[in-house]
Amino acid sequence: MKYIGHLDMMRYFQKVMRRADVDIRYSEGFSPHQIMSFASPLGVGITSRGEYVDIEVLSTESSVRMIKRLNDAMTEGVEILSYKRLPDQAAAAMSIVAAADYTVRFRQGYEPANWQEFSDGLLDFLKRDFVPVLKKTKKGEREIDIRPWIYRLCPENDYTIRMRVAAGSAANLKPEVVIQAYMESRREKLDQFALAIHRDEVYGNRSDIETPDFCPLDQFGENIE
Amino acid sequence: MRKLALSDEILLSIQQPARYIGGEVNMCVKDPKDVAIRFAMCFPDVYEIGMSHLGMQILYDMFNRREDIWCERVFSPWTDLDPLMRQHKIPLFALESQDPVKDFDFLGITIQYEMCYTNILQVLDLSGIPLHARERKEEDPIVIGGGPCAYNPEPLAPFFDLFYIGEGETQYDALFDLYKKNRSQGGSREDFLLGAAGLPGIYVPAFYDVAYREDGTIRSFVPNREGIPERIGKELVVEMDEAPYIENPIVPFIKVTQDRVVLEIQRGCIRGCRFCQAGNIYRPLREHSLEYLKKYAYQMLKSTGHEEISLSSLSSSDYSCLKELVTFLIEEFQGRGVNISLPSLRIDAFSLDVMSKVQDVKKSSLTFAPEAGTQRLRDVINKGLTEEAILNGAAQAFRGGWNRVKLYFMLGLPTETREDMEGIALLAEKVAETFYDEVPKEKRHGKVQVGASSSFFVPKPFTPFQWAKMCTKEEFLQRAYIVKDKFKEMKNKKSLKYSYHDADVTVLEGVLARGDRRVAAVVEKAYQNGALYDSWTEHFDNDIWMKAFSDCNVNPDFYTTRERKLDEVFPWDFIDAGVTKEFLAREWKRAMEETVTPNCRQQCSGCGARTYKGGVCFEDKN
Repeated sequence: MKYIGHLDMMRYFQKVMRRADVDIRYSEGFSPHQIMSFASPLGVGITSRGEYVDIEVLSTESSVRMIKRLNDAMTEGVEILSYKRLPDQAAAAMSIVAAADYTVRFRQGYEPANWQEFSDGLLDFLKRDFVPVLKKTKKGEREIDIRPWIYRLCPENDYTIRMRVAAGSAANLKPEVVIQAYMESRREKLDQFALAIHRDEVYGNRSDIETPDFCPLDQFGENIE
Repeated sequence: MRKLALSDEILLSIQQPARYIGGEVNMCVKDPKDVAIRFAMCFPDVYEIGMSHLGMQILYDMFNRREDIWCERVFSPWTDLDPLMRQHKIPLFALESQDPVKDFDFLGITIQYEMCYTNILQVLDLSGIPLHARERKEEDPIVIGGGPCAYNPEPLAPFFDLFYIGEGETQYDALFDLYKKNRSQGGSREDFLLGAAGLPGIYVPAFYDVAYREDGTIRSFVPNREGIPERIGKELVVEMDEAPYIENPIVPFIKVTQDRVVLEIQRGCIRGCRFCQAGNIYRPLREHSLEYLKKYAYQMLKSTGHEEISLSSLSSSDYSCLKELVTFLIEEFQGRGVNISLPSLRIDAFSLDVMSKVQDVKKSSLTFAPEAGTQRLRDVINKGLTEEAILNGAAQAFRGGWNRVKLYFMLGLPTETREDMEGIALLAEKVAETFYDEVPKEKRHGKVQVGASSSFFVPKPFTPFQWAKMCTKEEFLQRAYIVKDKFKEMKNKKSLKYSYHDADVTVLEGVLARGDRRVAAVVEKAYQNGALYDSWTEHFDNDIWMKAFSDCNVNPDFYTTRERKLDEVFPWDFIDAGVTKEFLAREWKRAMEETVTPNCRQQCSGCGARTYKGGVCFEDKN
């Protein structure tokens, strides 16, 4: 599934809704579309077990039944893990996304020579107050500080790094940018195929940005009995 | 997780990796250990084009209903992947199992248009299958060709073990059973081909010899061994409702050209347009019943989740239950967010009423296909559409709120004169004038837009125009310039737009369409020199082809601009396509006399298709 782009995944889900006969609401007009929105687009090449989509339905069965119906209409590689009712006044998932967890692994053949040294160095690197990254904008390049957007980072064995970084419309940090910034500080280059990236979870923030309380989007809704 | 034939590195560095990974909804997966025959079904173009083809989906569904067969799909790798596969020595694979095509029992290639011939060689080449059938070994797949271009298979003869002539639903079971029997008896590849050549509709090119006269035309075309039939009859489905349709079409992840449920409402056409190959080779017209179509409409919308359903036929307006079918589709599905698209409808009060219900009038355009600019030439080609009907239809449409019209024409038709060419501009002008006459100023939203486009005429086998002389590239372009200049003289020229197709590719299409076995060498040479995806303007390279002609000492003009005598033996004459050569010759003569032939429902014109004992020939006669 990681080879399917975001727009195609949206089209895929629209057809899933029809196959599963979900009583989804349609917009008005000559070409009505389903009221559906994805929390956070997933880039091509990235796997995930933490994707969210909001839909508006006119009627529904229980969470358990709906999960079964949806999964019966799925193809291998996409699975509905949870189905929850959001409060009527709930903001769209897209607008509350604040952070995401990623597991980043160096693929075979691209591993750093000395993992211990590499991962220790990475932790040291993050002790800096300021981690500048050049960001391409319409007007050219601009230096931005990504340090405040890295909430947590933990190298593990077997060439794997887990991290929680800012996500969403206010600030969005791609995990590979963190690794790239670190490797550039070591005067090394990150090969475009070096990393296998997996998204574990997407969070909303129940508090403010100073003292965040990250909460998986799943917990913003309730099970339907 | 399914295995993939291509690595992450490759898949992430090419366009649209989803073309190569399979895994779509309704894809058929079987255990290779449980099946006797593995069939690779190939559409030799890019995934998005191939997946839009109805015939391939019908056969895929039909083959996979058999427990002893696993049919999988193969498409041409795009130009970004092709060199990577060669560089990394990755053999071409089928999407379902991701296994190499070379390990399959059959490679079936559907041949829908002439400009895919080099892609066929690419598929064979990348699969590691010898290009020439005579060089294939026992373990190589049997390579079968089918589809409309199999009605003149000769330019591809050396590359195929066999061709299936006609509609696929009827003889494949027998062919598969024969294959299994031959294998269980320890028979060879040759034994199988000999047996297959005895089945109706099956042509094994290696079993026929061609001799030529000094002038280059065919002297004889005869079997070179005992028991091989001299003529091969096309296969067709007599009772459409008895044929299986698609229950669970595959739903691509990426947007393909035909991203919707397609209901084939009928096969064949009653109209008898003299340039049209489909209208002749699919004779007689055979309809599906309303009940059959309703059943499949439900089933396919449910199993795909598509948001659109479309009808497929050569001329939907001639379907006898069209009103009932369209009413059913609108009433049943429109409220559920399903769009209904109705191509190839004749513009009249009924179709305008229906279209205003299913589409946004302001955003859509109406299409007419007059094909020729004057009534005289429309009579020559037997296109029943009159200027009056076009202008009436346009007037009604303009009053209904439409203001965009598309007009399709052909240039280079037999007997075409300057008047016919200029007639294209004059007809477009009259359509624009109709708008200003019909729609009062206060009701006009925006200008009228009339887009006329012309393709260049290519004579095709099994049409009355199979004897016709084709224009040269220069003649084609000259004609297009005449039309273009005339458009500039029109009063409403700001509302009119004219465009025309590429002439080089048309000439080549003409050679391949009526080519013989000697053309095969040119196709091979062009492929070896880099020709690929010739149907894609951005990839077509005429110089490669011209060089291939001269390298192979084949003169393209022989196949295009030459006058053909009525009694010439054509490379495709060994095929019995239902319409007789006498009928085609009669129609060719009537064309020269500018005489219209009535359609099948008005009066039988004795084309020969009655022998199939079905369809329109026997309507109301039970």
